[in-house]
Amino acid sequence: MENVTQHSEPHYDPEASKLGMWLFIFTELLLFGGLFIVYSIYRFLNPVAFQLAGEELNVVIGAINTIILLVSSMTIAMSTTALQQKNKKLTLFLLIVTVVLALVFLVNKYFEWGTKFHHGIWPGSPHLINDMSKGEILFFGLYFVMTGLHALHIIIGMIFILVALKRVQKGTVNADRPSLLENAGLYWHLVDLIWIFLFPLFYLIH
Amino acid sequence: MQTAVPILHEVSYLEYKGKYKGLFSWILSTDHKRIGLMYMYAMMTFFLIGVMLGLAMKLELIAPGRTIMGPQTYNALFTVHGVIMIFMIVIPGLPAVFGNFMLPIMIGAKDVAFPKLNLLSWYIYMTGSILVICSVLFGNGIPDTGWTFYAPYSFKTGTNLLPAIFGAFVLGFASILTGLNFIVTIHRMRCPGMTWLKMPLFAWSLYGTAWIQLLATPVVGITLVLVALERIFGIGVFDPALGGDPVLYQHLFWIYSHPAVYVMILPAMGAISEIIPTFSQKHIFGYKAIVASTIAIAFVGYFVWGHHMFTSGMSGTAQYTFSILTFIVAIPSAIKVFNWISTMHKGSINPDIPFLWAISFIFVFMIGGFSGLVLGALATNVYVHDTAFVVAHFHFIVFGGVGFAFFGAIHYWYPKMFGRMYDKAWAKIGWAFFFVGFLTLYSPMFYLGMMGMPRRYYDYLPEFHAANILSTLGSWVMAFGLLIIIINLFRSAKNGAIAPMNPWNGKTLEWTVPSPPPTENFEDIPVYGEKDGPYEY
Repeated sequence: MENVTQHSEPHYDPEASKLGMWLFIFTELLLFGGLFIVYSIYRFLNPVAFQLAGEELNVVIGAINTIILLVSSMTIAMSTTALQQKNKKLTLFLLIVTVVLALVFLVNKYFEWGTKFHHGIWPGSPHLINDMSKGEILFFGLYFVMTGLHALHIIIGMIFILVALKRVQKGTVNADRPSLLENAGLYWHLVDLIWIFLFPLFYLIH
Repeated sequence: MQTAVPILHEVSYLEYKGKYKGLFSWILSTDHKRIGLMYMYAMMTFFLIGVMLGLAMKLELIAPGRTIMGPQTYNALFTVHGVIMIFMIVIPGLPAVFGNFMLPIMIGAKDVAFPKLNLLSWYIYMTGSILVICSVLFGNGIPDTGWTFYAPYSFKTGTNLLPAIFGAFVLGFASILTGLNFIVTIHRMRCPGMTWLKMPLFAWSLYGTAWIQLLATPVVGITLVLVALERIFGIGVFDPALGGDPVLYQHLFWIYSHPAVYVMILPAMGAISEIIPTFSQKHIFGYKAIVASTIAIAFVGYFVWGHHMFTSGMSGTAQYTFSILTFIVAIPSAIKVFNWISTMHKGSINPDIPFLWAISFIFVFMIGGFSGLVLGALATNVYVHDTAFVVAHFHFIVFGGVGFAFFGAIHYWYPKMFGRMYDKAWAKIGWAFFFVGFLTLYSPMFYLGMMGMPRRYYDYLPEFHAANILSTLGSWVMAFGLLIIIINLFRSAKNGAIAPMNPWNGKTLEWTVPSPPPTENFEDIPVYGEKDGPYEY
């Protein structure tokens, strides 16, 4: 059988950890999948209100954030290549860039949410409940839940990348044992991918 | 297959001295066997709490009107009973205890693929359980929504529901991680020569279960988060006053919670598929059919959730479709029953205690299964919906099915886990009381449901009195049996006779290692040859 050798080295099986990561990504997709179903149903039931509410969102900030995440996906992919080429310095640099981009994304998000709060829009706010239609209440409810959950994933992804960064620095993650960094990369791409769906659903469809 | 020679002086996992001492050598251990036992002790404790709540409810129902508690207490009891039993015991039950303990040994591995993650899962499980308990102990009022947390009541009730919802969410996370661990373990760590179709059926059932855990749990996870956010912020998603749809909650809840029924029953079927060939001393009949039906149940189980909602407001087309799909899911279960019976045919049957549990499992499982068809059929479902009939069906499957299989599995693997044998005479007496008590407790509920007694009421009409007395008497007989079983198992772990390596003459790999197994399970990883298999008698 193909996996005879793995027992001689029980603590390192890159195939296993990659499979585990993919399975975990699967569960994350289903987690957001549930929310996407809820979104689709309410969009179908309240098309006009969703369109009106969508115009409240700032497309420019959303677009900038999309570009930021796409670039960060690129930098983390480049960092795995750099690790393979045994260029530790470049790997570390690219990982730091990725974390900084993630931070910029969160700062933008903070201002975006801040503006909404300033306009009196938050889940259960009097302005939302009293002055807006039910479809708009649902839109903003989902907006805060989905982008909030996504932001939480950005934070988890940042921690994951920082752990990988620390290990690369120590040398325990290297060209021969790149699993942890590759898995951090996979996770980061997932976070990126979910945003790629969130952005058009909330900001672009009019 | 090379027969492993037991090395008697090898230190067993129970006596192994690692880095830590005392309690820490358990709660910091990444050994899959110790983690399995820790799950078992935790679950047994929670199970006894759940049983006492059940007994209290039955006592309340011994007479019409208020007997020992009022309606609010009764609501709290069935809610907490349900949450504890479903989320803390039956869903994680067999995979977490016997899956953890036996899976690596059965496939010839030294541990699961991610031992640290495995320990983390246990901590997550304990965190979730403690959160659930907190919802009972603190706050203003014990949750009273039922274990299904139906909207909109789940965010209107003034009781302390948040920790319970959050606990269920956290428990789901533990379940996902265990499933992930098992899938990777089965893919990567089967011993050389053990092809997919030479894998023991218990391992197969865990594999099917793990996929359901992985693919269905996140959906209920996000649904529970939405209910929690609805409670805290009022996001409106399930609140009709804010434009949300409470029926959507039911859909999302059952998209997970129906497959979760198969998370419960599949490993139970797997354990029965191990016990029956061993005690018939015969190759399992239709190995491939059992494997295929395991996968079929896991697959079709996703598409039947609507049968929980026939009266909640669905289109006729949806109702017919869900009803037909529900009938389809009965077929693979029936295939398994057929295969178990055929395995016994012309076998050399040893009617020892695990076998008694296995055949009583088949008996109660079939009653549960047939009553499931009554509920799956649209016309009869509308008639008995939300009556005691549903409660009886559910307990025949989940307590009769999973519970009997759990006790069967524990009596089967006990000598391997502890290296000692329990007192067989007491075990049989305990089983007899339990079995008779079980039937006396739940059978009258079928009748009561048909007569129209609704579920979840602390009170009933006088004409239901006789059957309810019988049911309550049954609960006492069953509890007495349970007490005998648990005391017997508990005492024998220290004082039982020393068990041999292979007391039942089983052929799966766990019977080739000493009892109890050494920490690393195998000195050398076993190798399956051309002619080896898990059931070659």
